[in-house]
Amino acid sequence: MFNKGWVIGGIIVFVAAAAFPFYWYQIGQGKPFPKLELPAKEKRCVESVEFMRANHMRLLDAWRIAVVRDDLLIYTSTKGDKFEMNLHKTCIGCHTSTERFCNRCHDYNDVVPPCWDCHVAPSEIGKGEQS
Amino acid sequence: MTLTRRKFLKAASVAALVVSARPSAGRAFELKGRMSPGPKALQAGQWGMGVDMNKCRGNCRDDCLAACHEIHNVPYIPKPEHEVKWLFLEPYENAFPERSHRFLSKRVREKNFFLLCNHCEDPPCVRVCPTQATFKRQKDGIVMIDYHRCIGCRFCMAACPYGSRSFNFRDPRPFIKKINPEYPTRHRGVVEKCNFCQELLEVGRIPACVEACKEGVLTFGDLEDPTSVVRELLSEKPHIRRKPDLGTGPSVFYIT
Amino acid sequence: MLEKTLHGGKGYWIWVFALAVCIGIGFIAYLYQLREGMWVTGMSRDVSWGFYISQFTFLVGVAASVLMVVLPLYLHDFKAFARITALSQFLAVGTLLMSLLFVFSDVGMPMRILNVPLNPTPGSMLFYDTVFLPGFMLLNLIIGWTAMGAEKREVPLQWWVKALIYLSMPWAVVMHTVTAFIYAGTPGRGFWMTAIMAPRFLVTAFAAGPALLIILATIIKTLTRFEVTEKAIQKLVTIMLYALIIDVFFLGVEYFTVFYAHIPEYALTFQYLFLGINGNCALVPWYWGMNIAILVAIGLLVIPGARTSRPVLVAACVIALIGLWIDKGFVLVPAAFIPNVFGRIMEYPPSWVELTISLGIYALGTLIITALYKVVISVREETEIL
Repeated sequence: MFNKGWVIGGIIVFVAAAAFPFYWYQIGQGKPFPKLELPAKEKRCVESVEFMRANHMRLLDAWRIAVVRDDLLIYTSTKGDKFEMNLHKTCIGCHTSTERFCNRCHDYNDVVPPCWDCHVAPSEIGKGEQS
Repeated sequence: MTLTRRKFLKAASVAALVVSARPSAGRAFELKGRMSPGPKALQAGQWGMGVDMNKCRGNCRDDCLAACHEIHNVPYIPKPEHEVKWLFLEPYENAFPERSHRFLSKRVREKNFFLLCNHCEDPPCVRVCPTQATFKRQKDGIVMIDYHRCIGCRFCMAACPYGSRSFNFRDPRPFIKKINPEYPTRHRGVVEKCNFCQELLEVGRIPACVEACKEGVLTFGDLEDPTSVVRELLSEKPHIRRKPDLGTGPSVFYIT
Repeated sequence: MLEKTLHGGKGYWIWVFALAVCIGIGFIAYLYQLREGMWVTGMSRDVSWGFYISQFTFLVGVAASVLMVVLPLYLHDFKAFARITALSQFLAVGTLLMSLLFVFSDVGMPMRILNVPLNPTPGSMLFYDTVFLPGFMLLNLIIGWTAMGAEKREVPLQWWVKALIYLSMPWAVVMHTVTAFIYAGTPGRGFWMTAIMAPRFLVTAFAAGPALLIILATIIKTLTRFEVTEKAIQKLVTIMLYALIIDVFFLGVEYFTVFYAHIPEYALTFQYLFLGINGNCALVPWYWGMNIAILVAIGLLVIPGARTSRPVLVAACVIALIGLWIDKGFVLVPAAFIPNVFGRIMEYPPSWVELTISLGIYALGTLIITALYKVVISVREETEIL
């Protein structure tokens, strides 16, 4: 009643399908990490590159909660620099192109954060004025 | 044989539950100590507004509404069913239905009253929100909405007795004439309303509508501070609030 | 036992296929609503809750009516109900699944629904619904399923199942009370602001559940060899009749209070429902229909000769169910927004998208109930305890 052949065959097919990304990665060649456009003038970011690369989304979330819920505005970095916790003024103020900074890395990692559904990306500015 | 299969499945599902219930690592992220209020931020115990309707001649192009809706990217949706409005005008009998009667003076009857979120002392909208997406700030009493958290259940709209809340029935972007890049638009499916210009207060500016009104109808200040402009106005002139019998404690006062 | 759902006659499979088609259509309509936003519904800035939340409310009531079956059986040892508890419990599973899906369909940001358990807010009545509804669904699924298993193996119920049954009794009352509190706790909506809301919710639930159960038992009787005893049916009739009479009393109390005291905030919606305001009268025929339907159902059920004749009884149940559905599943929610807080009238007709999604959800619930009933009936046919 157990249909041994079908069960075992099924398990093999399932494992083979589920493990697809692993051997595909071994066969194929990874895309090179994209080149991100860094701000021309400003050299210091809110925190270190390593920290930002790993935690920028958590930092943004913590900022948002602080500004919206706790009426806070200024962030003092580990180095002691002060920044206004504002996506538009602080982040986009330096990283003026979301396409050549945010999106390149997000595309590479295949993540689609919905930031620009509501926040206005620099490329969107001025659009819709004619209507 | 069936029993062993059953037992195996039971054990497997319990094991799966245990594994999936394991708290994900590194969720905590504490930066609070590094944050402080803006140096120029205006502080108050409870922000409030006085609306002196005697001064409101209406000899303007509704500058107060325009200023607010422009800086906050409030869409203009023509269909009244799906309208989004932070500030709006209503005749006396609609703004104060429980006070209206047939002997109202023509002067009062024909006036359009300036309405907005009352930033109540005890807001029913906050009481009913299942996610705390809408909340009353302890510090300055502003009733805020966290647009990242709102699930769009519209319980707050049912609970608000003032009709101050709007739901984004559709994507607002195409209905915004000129987008202000410094302020986010909203996503379809969330509720929004007046925020007493929290984003201006934190950089030391008063609300946009107050600034825009040339006739001096609107006064804004701290209700906890006896010397504030609002308190001075209230101590001088008789005033009313919308639906005070509901016990919500509106922070917007009307002088008629 | 689940394999029983895979063996059925031609009629069974046609029914399942028809339901699957309805689910598919409803799902497509939902995808459309998800893409476009809620403007494709009939809801508006003024009437911000409509058909979905109404269905949720009505269906929670049907689920809560399990109490009217387990209470006589387990507290009063009314043995005749032993054969219908599973039907009642599985009905609750299906209706609660539908209620949850209706809430889900009503939410503007469904992808964020987990924000509710992630930010538990005991101050919000909706929070309690998100706890008590899935809990009751699970409770009844576990109880019904293990009871059927015990029946199949012809062994008595385990002690812990009995404990769960006793837990489910107060649970049913609390679950429906918090549903009523969603409405009864909103200042400024005079139509909802009444302390009798929760009692009225419970009696309408205890009428609607037995009515539906009698209809379902009759359908099962005509289609299978499983028959609910006349003794059990007549007990259900008694429960339903009392519940309906108490409902009429509660309605009368409400009508007196609002119309005699005549405080506009409380009376205006009732005035709109009975007479219309300034020519706006979309709900007037519905509301009169509700009042008449409940009275007619009571009239039919009090006649002894009528309630023992199955066709008349089923007709009375259908009429009662229609009346109760109009009350709680159609009028109760949108009417509170009419007139709106500015004293204006904005009427609410549900849109086709809303109705199609609702059809899909009802079909899904019916499919679940069908499958669970199939198990019950197959087990009974097998063990020959019919």
